[in-house]
Amino acid sequence: MIEFLSQPWPWYTSGTLIALVMVLLLFFGKSFGFSSNLRVICSACGAGKHVKFFDFNWRSQVWNLLFLVGAVLGGVISSQFLAGDAPVAISQETIRDLSALGFSAPDDLQPEEIFSMEALFSVKGFLLLLVGGFMIGFGSRYAGGCTSGHAISGLSNLQLPSLIAVIGFFIGGLITTYFLLPLIF
Amino acid sequence: MKGLKYILAGILFGIVMSKSEAISWYRIQEMFRFQAFHMYGIIGTAVVLGALATYIIKKYNLRDYQGNQIVFTPKEKSVSRYLFGGTIFGLGWALTGACPGPMFVNIGHAYWAILIAVAGAIGGTFFYGVIRDKLPH
Repeated sequence: MIEFLSQPWPWYTSGTLIALVMVLLLFFGKSFGFSSNLRVICSACGAGKHVKFFDFNWRSQVWNLLFLVGAVLGGVISSQFLAGDAPVAISQETIRDLSALGFSAPDDLQPEEIFSMEALFSVKGFLLLLVGGFMIGFGSRYAGGCTSGHAISGLSNLQLPSLIAVIGFFIGGLITTYFLLPLIF
Repeated sequence: MKGLKYILAGILFGIVMSKSEAISWYRIQEMFRFQAFHMYGIIGTAVVLGALATYIIKKYNLRDYQGNQIVFTPKEKSVSRYLFGGTIFGLGWALTGACPGPMFVNIGHAYWAILIAVAGAIGGTFFYGVIRDKLPH
């Protein structure tokens, strides 16, 4: 069983279970939207005293913070008990394209060129993660949701705004992939 | 323990994101280069089944576990905020290879470097709150 679970899961299993997570939260009387947590964290840290946007009853959103804690624990369980040996099986074309940028073929879930301590303590690596994270936080709040809130919950509810947001996700992602990454690496 | 169910749902989410490799920077690059069906299969399956579930919940007025009707709040109409916000989000997503959920799942995998991205994301959210009124929505 553990051996079976330790292999990478096919897309249909994963997609089905993500839909299940969304439905579970609906039956708990909540909605699936992860990036709201970032606003809750700002508010819990006292940002509401200075900025109106964070002045709300963040305690009503503690359930989402618990979901966040669960997500971290899910990562721990996966890496400790369900980890396979195989590197991420991305396509040969992707490996070739990335090697042209100086990335070695995957031997783990994440590239050393970005996630290793050496990369982190370089100016380039540090800024990439900080600025990337900043744009994710800023953009998700501006758009009113991230992949879970728009691409999953929003599209499932046939929301045109969510489709526009997802189109935006791809415009930004393609700009980074084809213009920014070749400039940075 | 009322909160336990949220933690369990989060654990399921974290395991699924890990085992589908959706938390991997490589997979996000592969997606934005349109070189595999994997990520599209995951999101596509989730949306098709999610839409079906949403339709059934609405059609039969299903209630949550406390007996309250499940309501879906429509997103407010606009183009600019979704297009600009979404594009900025996408720029960052392809850089770090992790959207907000996977960022935290990566912490569980002890990829400590992602903590810088988390700090950035909290900072970015705060900055949005500060300049919100000056932005087109």
